[in-house]
Amino acid sequence: MDNRQKEINNLKDYKYGFSTDIENIQAPKGLNEDVIKFISNIKKEPAWMLEFRLKAFERFKVLKEPDWQKPKFPKIDYQDLYYYSAPKSMKDKPKSLDELDPKLLETYKKLGIPLQEQARLNGIAVDAVFDSVSVATTFKDELTKQGIIFCPISEAIQSHPELVKKYLGSVIPTSDHFFATLNSAVFTDGSFVYIPEGVRCPMELSTYFRINASNTGQFERTLIIADKGSYVSYLEGCTAPMRDENQLHAANVELIALDDAEIKYSTVQNWYPGDQDGKGGIYNFVTKRGLCKGKNSKISWTQVETGSAITWKYPSCILKGDNSVGEFYSIAITNNHQKADTGTKMIHLGKNTKSKIISKGISAGSSDMTYRGLVDISSKAKNSTNYTQCDSLLMGNKCGAHTVPYIKNKNSESNIAHEATTSKISEEQLHYCQQRGLNPEEAVGLIVNGFCKEVLQQLPMEFAVEAQKLVGISLEGSVG
Amino acid sequence: MKEQLQKDFDNSIKNLSLSQKDIEIKKFCLDNFIDKGFPNRKEEDWKFSDLNQIIKNNIGELSFYNDQTSTNKVDTSVFVDGLEHNKIVFINGRIEKIDFEYEKKDQIEIIDQSETINEFENSNSLSDLNNAFTNKCFKILVKKGYQLAKPLIIYHTTNSKIWSKNINLRLNFELDKDSSLRLIDLFNDTSEKNFLNIFYNFELKENAVLKNYKVDKFENKNIKYSFNNIDQDKNSISETFILSSGSNFSKNEINCNLNGVYASAFVNGVFSLNNDKHHEIRSIINHLTESTKSYQLIKSVLDEGSKAVYQGKIFVNSDAQKTDGYQLSKAILLNKESEFNAKPELEIYADDVKCSHGSASGSLNEDSIFYLMSRGLSYQQSRELLINGFLLDVVEKITDSEIKNLIKNMIGIKE
Repeated sequence: MDNRQKEINNLKDYKYGFSTDIENIQAPKGLNEDVIKFISNIKKEPAWMLEFRLKAFERFKVLKEPDWQKPKFPKIDYQDLYYYSAPKSMKDKPKSLDELDPKLLETYKKLGIPLQEQARLNGIAVDAVFDSVSVATTFKDELTKQGIIFCPISEAIQSHPELVKKYLGSVIPTSDHFFATLNSAVFTDGSFVYIPEGVRCPMELSTYFRINASNTGQFERTLIIADKGSYVSYLEGCTAPMRDENQLHAANVELIALDDAEIKYSTVQNWYPGDQDGKGGIYNFVTKRGLCKGKNSKISWTQVETGSAITWKYPSCILKGDNSVGEFYSIAITNNHQKADTGTKMIHLGKNTKSKIISKGISAGSSDMTYRGLVDISSKAKNSTNYTQCDSLLMGNKCGAHTVPYIKNKNSESNIAHEATTSKISEEQLHYCQQRGLNPEEAVGLIVNGFCKEVLQQLPMEFAVEAQKLVGISLEGSVG
Repeated sequence: MKEQLQKDFDNSIKNLSLSQKDIEIKKFCLDNFIDKGFPNRKEEDWKFSDLNQIIKNNIGELSFYNDQTSTNKVDTSVFVDGLEHNKIVFINGRIEKIDFEYEKKDQIEIIDQSETINEFENSNSLSDLNNAFTNKCFKILVKKGYQLAKPLIIYHTTNSKIWSKNINLRLNFELDKDSSLRLIDLFNDTSEKNFLNIFYNFELKENAVLKNYKVDKFENKNIKYSFNNIDQDKNSISETFILSSGSNFSKNEINCNLNGVYASAFVNGVFSLNNDKHHEIRSIINHLTESTKSYQLIKSVLDEGSKAVYQGKIFVNSDAQKTDGYQLSKAILLNKESEFNAKPELEIYADDVKCSHGSASGSLNEDSIFYLMSRGLSYQQSRELLINGFLLDVVEKITDSEIKNLIKNMIGIKE
């Protein structure tokens, strides 16, 4: 057996599917004002924060769950979920990693995310979120030296209230859509990043999300602010144990780029996708939105979506500043009974704004993939351009691939170009590879990696290698 | 609006000799429409064109009863010169003339089908409205193996006798095996502020060929909605060309079901708009069986605050292997206030398919204008030349050379 085969056998089953047996503190089941007060209280939040949550909850009560999406799912009972779950050992925050529950350390080691700083050689600072709380943030000191703030958002609410107060909800207001509003009401933890003026963040920042407890919704909130002339690259990874029931993950991510700043946000999403018959798996309903607030700012989203039973998200850019740039690179792979409805929104408001969308969708098995995107050039966005390319690859005749772009051009000096293709892997390509000694699965892996290359190139080095493997593994068993 | 609808419905029923059952059906459709009203932007298919608002803003209160007891005089000056053709003439929604003078009488049958109602997939409340108020519906049957010698032109004429009226039309066509029909819809309105609601149903049997050209060229202040349903059997071909220009608001919907192998559908359209006009083309091509083909090309030139919308959908069933689907929409925005919206959609459930779509919108290419001006043309001439070439591309897709020339002359496009 060659190495690749071994690796595949190792990974054939969802390798992150274990759960950690750990004592939890949970909020009472259900959603009501008391639960929100409980969350706010346990996090020792100031009054304005509780007010923010309650305002969102008021709004949430009048909203209806949207139903226009392509993947349909059984109605979620929002009263049957736990909105807060944390390892008991986290009740009084450990001062350092040495005080951290060994069980937690071990969990992260198993996931391949060692939290001990000495163990990390590749220089990525990690914020690890376990269910509803952030358990550890590495490389804090080094970052602090440069004035960079990288900490759990619950900590930032205490230590940097002025920044949080100013920017939280400025891109995704409390009055937004159903899931975003739910998140605003009950969000538990997530990362907070602030890069001061003119600083180029020396290392990749990373958050690792883990859902452990069952019947728990994870509602994390990430807020990234890049001040004038700064740069940051941020990575996000996710896994969850194998469970029979569907779990909800409804996160909000807000990015704000001021003048000349650049934010690069990469996601490798590998939530538990459910078993081969489509049982279980995570509902990944995430709201991600970036605001290019200043002149010459840039926000770039890169996503590799291989996990989740249902992925439903549209990382978006609001190009408000003149000359700002928005980019979206996406690979979405669905297999078995997975469903994805993903894409982006590029809203051009400023002059000379540019956006680029590259989306690659691959569907296999009985899965269903939809690209849904909006390009909106307002009448004031003079001289703006957009280029969109979305390609889909189908494997087998039980899956579906759909493209639903909305294109709005209100400015005669702006240009929009959109292209989309749908096809299967050609017999010639397969034949060519097999003739040169690759087996059918390797041949498909190679061709798919070539298909995705444009997007994989955008990922930071370490993640690109990881993602490339993930692409191969996700399609395992879909050939022949 | 509800009382008006009820009152007008009772009036129109009075003048028709319908059976109790037909009245029941019509009443049912009316109730459906009263329930749903005119489509508005909350419905996905009407997202870019809120008909409810458009009618409110442009017409205000509509009335639905058409007194069709007296005949209208047919104005022969509207007839197309220089092309021998068969005629159907609608004046204010009333059929005044059906004339197949160039054809063998026994090969074409005209059947009165007034009691049947439309039941289309992908339709909306407007089909209910149409069902409730149409009073004459004919089916034109072209018999097996017969190919019409001359094209059929349907004149849709309205005159100043009517205003703020809703006119509902319906025609059914059946093209039997190996038959062919060339059909031109020509709109000629001297009326203002009416809402025309037109439903066509085409049934194409094996090897049948349908060429449908819709020409809305003359300036008018009416609001038009037209729905074509085309069912295609094995080897049949449908070609639809839409020139969308004259009306204040117009929406053309084409729903095409490719039911038989090797069936193919072509949809080509030109939007040439100015003066705050708002036009839309929505096409749905359903590839339901294997080895079917569709091709769509839509081009728009938008001036002075006009707005064009193109929603095109290619649906490929899981049985429809070896589908070939292509779709391209291009727009030139000439003016700051003009707007182009597109939703080119693919919904695919089969893997061995070739489907692609493209959409581009932008301004006239300054480099091209510079090139032409440096060769001695004025700015205005260069602009016209470029627009001419841009639109000619679509007109050239018309496969019937006689009609191609006719349409070229109408638009004033030169080769």
